[in-house]
Amino acid sequence: MSTVTTLQPIVQAKDLLKTFGRVVGLNHCSLELYPGEVLAVIGDNGAGKSTLIKCISGAETPDSGEILIDGKPVSFKSSIDARTAGIETVYQNLAVAPALDIASNMYLGRELRKPGFFGKVFRQLDHKGMKVKSKDEMTRLGIGTLQDMSQAVETLSGGQRQAVSVARAQLFGSKVIILDEPTAALGVRESNQVLKMIEGLRDRGLPVILISHNMPQVFQVADRIHVQRLGSRAAVISPSTYSMNDAVAIMTGALKVEEKDQVLGPVRGA
Amino acid sequence: MSTPTSASDAEALIDNIDNKGFMFRVQGALHRFPWLSPLLVLIIAMIVFTLLNNRFLLPANLSLIMQQVSIVGAIAVAQTLIILTAGIDLSVGAIAVLASMVMAKTAFDQGVPGPLALIIGLIVGTAAGALNGFLVTRLKLPPFIVTLGTLGIFTALTLIYATGRTVQSTELAPILKVMGNVIKLGPFTVTWGVIMMILLYVIFAYVLRNTAWGKHVYAVGDDPQAASLAGIRVNRVLFSVYTVGGLILAIAGWITIGRVNAASPNVIPDANLDSITAVVIGGTSLFGGRGTLIGTFIGAVLVGVVSNGLSLAGLDQAYKILAIGILVITAVALDQWIRKVRS
Repeated sequence: MSTVTTLQPIVQAKDLLKTFGRVVGLNHCSLELYPGEVLAVIGDNGAGKSTLIKCISGAETPDSGEILIDGKPVSFKSSIDARTAGIETVYQNLAVAPALDIASNMYLGRELRKPGFFGKVFRQLDHKGMKVKSKDEMTRLGIGTLQDMSQAVETLSGGQRQAVSVARAQLFGSKVIILDEPTAALGVRESNQVLKMIEGLRDRGLPVILISHNMPQVFQVADRIHVQRLGSRAAVISPSTYSMNDAVAIMTGALKVEEKDQVLGPVRGA
Repeated sequence: MSTPTSASDAEALIDNIDNKGFMFRVQGALHRFPWLSPLLVLIIAMIVFTLLNNRFLLPANLSLIMQQVSIVGAIAVAQTLIILTAGIDLSVGAIAVLASMVMAKTAFDQGVPGPLALIIGLIVGTAAGALNGFLVTRLKLPPFIVTLGTLGIFTALTLIYATGRTVQSTELAPILKVMGNVIKLGPFTVTWGVIMMILLYVIFAYVLRNTAWGKHVYAVGDDPQAASLAGIRVNRVLFSVYTVGGLILAIAGWITIGRVNAASPNVIPDANLDSITAVVIGGTSLFGGRGTLIGTFIGAVLVGVVSNGLSLAGLDQAYKILAIGILVITAVALDQWIRKVRS
C-alpha cells in the first residue's frame, strides 16, 4: 500500500479547531479524502461529525487549522465559496424547494439564460435547456423513470428527491460530493437506490464523503471509514478488516486502534 | 373489505376507484394551475349574473367593472409578490395613498413641475416599500407586525402631510390625471389606469416566470433554508420584493388619482384587505411559494364581477361582502387540499 500513499488528497483538513463558547466542537481534527473513494464519516452524536463537515463545506469557519483542496490552502467564508471550489453538499433535510419543479430545483441559484437578445436584455431563462439537461442528469443517476421535469419536487418520493439533490450537486462539475445522512429519511428500497447512486458516483471517479449513522450501509459502500470521537479523529479503518462492532467500540472509546492498523492513505490507487 | 360478490358490487368498486382517480386528477391539475378554480367560479358567476340581469354583459358595464378593479388590481400585483415570499403587507393601501398625496401636493403646493412630482411620488412609494423590506430583513420582524406598524406610520404621515385636505381635480397637475383618460376599444371604454394595471400584470408575470429573480421569489417563499443552501441571498430577494412592491404601489397611487379624479388621504380605505382577498381567491398560498399573477388577476376581477353583478341584481352590498367572505374561505380550504398532493 505504501506505493500509492504519495497520491495527493483531494480534500485535506489539517488540525481543525472549532469551539462554540466553552464547548469544543472540533479538537485538532484532521481528515483526508482521496480521489475516487467513498469515505464514510461515523461517530456518536456530539462527536463533531457535523461540525467537521460544516467546516469543509463552508457553513462554519474553523478557529484554527487548515483546509486544502488539491493541495492548495483555501478559506471558505460561506457555502458558496466551497461550492465554487468544487465541493457540493447534499443536506440531510433534502434541501430542495418542494413547490418548485425538478428542473428549477436543479438549477436553483444558477439558472441558465437563453442565449442572445432575449437572454441578455429580457433576462429570459432557458426553460427548455434546463429541462433537457436535468433529464440527462437524472437518467445518468439511474432515475430515468421520471419523464416530466416540470413536475413539482413535492410529488416525488424521498429517494427521487435525494436523486434531485445529488444530480444538482454533480451537475456543476463538482470535485467532491458530501452527503449528509442521505438515507435517514428513506425506506429500505429507496435507501438502496441512493447507495447505488453513491457507487455510481464513485465509479465515475467522483469522490464522496458520506456521513451516516447506518452501519450496514456504511460498511456496504465505504472504502475507508473515518471514526470521529470527542471532536477528533479516533481512527480510519477499512471495512474489510474491522467489523461493525469494532467500529462502535472505537466510537465509544472501548477500542483503540494503533496507527499501523489504520488506513490513513488511499486504498484506491489511481 | 368484503370481496365483491355480484356484478353490481364489482361495478361499484370500480366506480369508487375511478372516482378517486378523478379527484386525484383534479387535485393534480389544481396543484399545477391553482388559478383554474377561480377561473371556473368567474365563468359561473358571469353566466349567473347575465341570467339575473341582461345588462351585466353590456360593454359599458364590463368596462366599468374593469375601471373599478384597476386600483385594487394594481395593488394586488405588489401583494402577490410579497405573499409569494410567505410575507404579507398590510400597508399596501397606505403606501399607495401616501405616494398619491406626495405627487399631488408637491405639484400643487410646492409648485414642482408635474412630471417631477410624479417621479418624487414614485420614489417615496419605493422608499416606503424599502422601509418595510429593511424592517423585515434586518430587524427580522414578522412581515405582519412590520406592516401593521408601517400601516399606521404611513397613514399618519399622509394625514399630517395632506393636513387632512383633498387636492381637487382643478388643482392637479395634468400628468397626474392621465390615468383617468379613456380610450375607445371597439364598444369598450378603457382608461389608461386599466391599461397600466394590465401592463403591471404582464410585466411581472413575465418576470416571475422567466427570470432568475422570479424563481428566487418562489424559492424564498417556498423554503428559505433550501433557497439559502442553493446560494440564493434570501434577505436580498426579500428586500427587493418589498422595494419593487413599493414602486408598484406608487403606480397604483397614480392610478387612484386618475380614477378618483382627485388626491385624497381618505380614499381606498379597504385596499389593504381587498388586495389580500384578490390574491387569496386567485389561488396564491398564504404560506408562500405557490401562486400566480394570472390567478390574482382573475381573483381581482372576480371580486369586481361579484360586487357589480349583485348590485345589478338589486341585492344589498351586504350580500357582496358575504359572497366575498365565502369565496375567501373556499379558496384557502382548496389551497390546503391542493398542498396535500403526493404522487
